[in-house]
Amino acid sequence: MATGGEESGALSFHPMDQFIVTRLFCSDDAETAINECTYDIAWYELTNVTLWLALAVLAVFAMLVLGTRNRAVVPSRSQSIGELAYGFIHKMVEDVAGREGLKYFPYIMTLFMFIVMANFLGLIPTSFTTTSHIAVTAVLGFGVFIAVTVLGFVKNGASFLGLFWVSSAPLVLRPVLALIEVISYFVRPVSHSIRLAGNLMAGHAVLKVFAGFAQVTAIAPIAIFGVVAIYGLEVLVSFIQAYVFTILTCVYLKDALHPHH
Amino acid sequence: MEGDIANMGQFIGAGLAAIGSGAAAIGVGHVAGNFLAGALRNPSAAAGQTATLFIGIAFAEALGIFSFLVALLLMFAV
Repeated sequence: MATGGEESGALSFHPMDQFIVTRLFCSDDAETAINECTYDIAWYELTNVTLWLALAVLAVFAMLVLGTRNRAVVPSRSQSIGELAYGFIHKMVEDVAGREGLKYFPYIMTLFMFIVMANFLGLIPTSFTTTSHIAVTAVLGFGVFIAVTVLGFVKNGASFLGLFWVSSAPLVLRPVLALIEVISYFVRPVSHSIRLAGNLMAGHAVLKVFAGFAQVTAIAPIAIFGVVAIYGLEVLVSFIQAYVFTILTCVYLKDALHPHH
Repeated sequence: MEGDIANMGQFIGAGLAAIGSGAAAIGVGHVAGNFLAGALRNPSAAAGQTATLFIGIAFAEALGIFSFLVALLLMFAV
């Protein structure tokens, strides 16, 4: 933070303050609150990130495990929501990655449920959006990248490198295309993780900017309407970004299983 | 008004980087509009292509998000 919150003019809070990682159970000393709660956090300390990640896992557990505990032929409401999510992802994996990809369905289902729950929990006012941090999404994105690369080599051996050798292109162009393919392959995990984090961070920052405008009496009604509208958009974005993350995982999986163009 | 020329450049750069977000909006609109145009011509084929639609939107949007990220880095991290 090169320039502090005082530069932001009329806003009494900074729109990016919501993304600060703080300790849980931190004594709130008025002057040194920022220093005490946010500086020198060791890896084992409980922070608000830990709390909301754990809540996301609990939400997935509640929806899928507790929801389907009393299984019935005519499903209850919670069971049908769980079945809907299961069927949705199952169909997506089958459509995009093919029948062979269904073996890796549990991993993709886990990714989707975790991301969608973390996104939706982040929409609760005063909560913390864990998926807006690149540190969180990069673990997911690079996890997918490493898993898919290892799987590609295990399944296809050295012929996995055929992914970079576009055999349908003219021979002269192939080395150039191979270079481009290699670069785009290694950029995948970066764009995969930054897309999710960037979307969530941008949306929540815009939400806070509109909330800051609501303090100004003249434009307060418009600003409050804007907050409601942006919030509705954010609900949509939360789901769509989880969907996009999952479907791109399926696309990468398909590339690993069938590397030939 | 105070500050130095580096600060000013930082803010101007952030503003310029934010133009990319608008360009990405054009791209996303182009993808969705063309999908709709195609879907209205052949509605029976549209349902099978929604996944492709979202992948296309995601790729177009990612570059806008990158420029937004550059703007944020210029504002807060540099």
